[in-house]
Amino acid sequence: MAVEKRVPALCNYAMFCAGCGHGVLLRLICECLEELGQEKNTIAAIGVGCSCHLKSGINVDLVQCPHGRAGAVATGIRRAEPDKCVFTYQGDGDAYNIGIAETLNAAYRNENLCVFVVNNNNFGMTGGQMSWTTMEGQKTATSPAGRDIALTGAPIKVPEMIAHSFRPAYVARGAVTTPAEINRLKGYIKNAFQAQLNHEGYSMVEVLSTCPTNWGMEPLAAHQHLMEHVVPYYQLGEFKKRGE
Amino acid sequence: MGDMIKGNIAVAEAAVRAGIEVYAGYPITPSTEVMEYLSARLPELGRTFIQAESELAAINMVLGVSACGRRSLTASSGPGISLKQEGISYMAQMNFPAVILNVVRWGNGLGSLDGAQTDYLRETRGGGNGDYRNIVLCPSTVQETVDLMYEAFDIAEKYRCIVVVMTDSGLGQMMEPCEMPPFREIRKCSWGLDGTYQVKRPDFLGRNIPGESDAYIRKVREMRENEQRWEAVGLEDAEYVFVAYGMCGRVMTGLVSEMRAAGQRVGLLRPITAWPFPEKAFAQMREKAPGLKGLITVETNGEGQMVEDVALYAKKYGLGQVPVYALPYVCGVPKDDVVKADFDRILSGEIKEVF
Repeated sequence: MAVEKRVPALCNYAMFCAGCGHGVLLRLICECLEELGQEKNTIAAIGVGCSCHLKSGINVDLVQCPHGRAGAVATGIRRAEPDKCVFTYQGDGDAYNIGIAETLNAAYRNENLCVFVVNNNNFGMTGGQMSWTTMEGQKTATSPAGRDIALTGAPIKVPEMIAHSFRPAYVARGAVTTPAEINRLKGYIKNAFQAQLNHEGYSMVEVLSTCPTNWGMEPLAAHQHLMEHVVPYYQLGEFKKRGE
Repeated sequence: MGDMIKGNIAVAEAAVRAGIEVYAGYPITPSTEVMEYLSARLPELGRTFIQAESELAAINMVLGVSACGRRSLTASSGPGISLKQEGISYMAQMNFPAVILNVVRWGNGLGSLDGAQTDYLRETRGGGNGDYRNIVLCPSTVQETVDLMYEAFDIAEKYRCIVVVMTDSGLGQMMEPCEMPPFREIRKCSWGLDGTYQVKRPDFLGRNIPGESDAYIRKVREMRENEQRWEAVGLEDAEYVFVAYGMCGRVMTGLVSEMRAAGQRVGLLRPITAWPFPEKAFAQMREKAPGLKGLITVETNGEGQMVEDVALYAKKYGLGQVPVYALPYVCGVPKDDVVKADFDRILSGEIKEVF
């Protein structure tokens, strides 16, 4: 029997590029918030870059944070409003480059909040510069000859770092690839929110996404690239399960 | 008269009584006692103390608390306040009120632990990127520090602006008798985010930048008109008016009264707000002191910073012909006999005017 898939009322118009994974993640977050009854109880702390599109893209209270500082801003919100559902929404450049101190320290303190990071291997909004998640050999606007990991470091795996070094409640990495994977990702997001609502502590879900515009690929080719080259390096799954 | 209390502890307790729910900070001399004290005091009252990973994180935690319409504090010194400028500029842009305590220490970069007035220009010009101003309160005694910190939150919320309480090592570390104000009831500002999405955001594409700027500048003008504070002595007959704030203002309060008792026609303008600068006092000076021969700033920095404002406002209020001198004493607390000797050097023409 056909099941009607309603667009969550929290979703609004967001100006993501064709083939970008942000929109899917945003929709999944909205679905989870609605299913958990948090649509009128949520404050988001959004990063700088493509994350800025959440200003129009989601109908919840939110704060536009300085670049990279969402982990600290969300900490302030969390401590001021212990009963609200608080999440950050950031890109990899925001959370792992300029904001790595705030990201790791919020995780280190085990702040009771959810952190969603879109990992699309580059700085999207500024036009596709190398970020710490850029793949080895990947050509970007600031690694024109391809990323040299001897000079610039190897693509960073922050969820693994947090799961294995600190004591968070829940850490996972999903991907916006196949419907099955997207459904799994929704499960991760829901787990993250549930962990927070149960006061279990910090949760992070990293989301591997395409960036066709800056990768210089058609959406389908970008999708293919993500599955063939990115997913094998950035292992999908749960690195820290709830209650473990 | 109240009990003897150290400046940094007193100002922290004043913030508690003003109703802060959160403190976020990072240790740095000479402001550290503020956070040490609050690390015990706030939990005792069921409130929140956060030792942040950096001053940058601390100011952004304050930003998060402020977005929810609640009161919080962060304090620092020197390079720590430099790190906070990012968050301060963002809060100014978003009209989030906040109170920041700068226990000023001397110098550029790491600087030193000595008290000084080397941050005057930065604090009075906003400090971060952009086109905004902060109200800067600069007390001279521990009691005044307490009173201004207590009121700073009301001022910040009235205009939804940043208020900087600017003390220094000397004022932070010294002990004086002090009366504490009563506890304020804790409340959340009606505009604070509460998760119910009542505060609608302007359309992402339809941003009206001239309109935003105009609204902000109107607020700045209102702040400038309403919030000037100062203390004046002897403007009615002074030939020379000293201008000094903070610890220098404290020294000059005593010295000017001593000199006047000895028959010297000197006066004192002690700004209590470094921004807005008490320009109204210049209008009074023009009317009251027709025999004015010189304006002299007494400051603890290298060559005078406030002297620029004194010269600008002298010009604005028709005192442009009056020479403006600076007596800069680098750091610490100027000694009154040294200031007196330098005043004689101004009279003899040995020290020239700056403007």
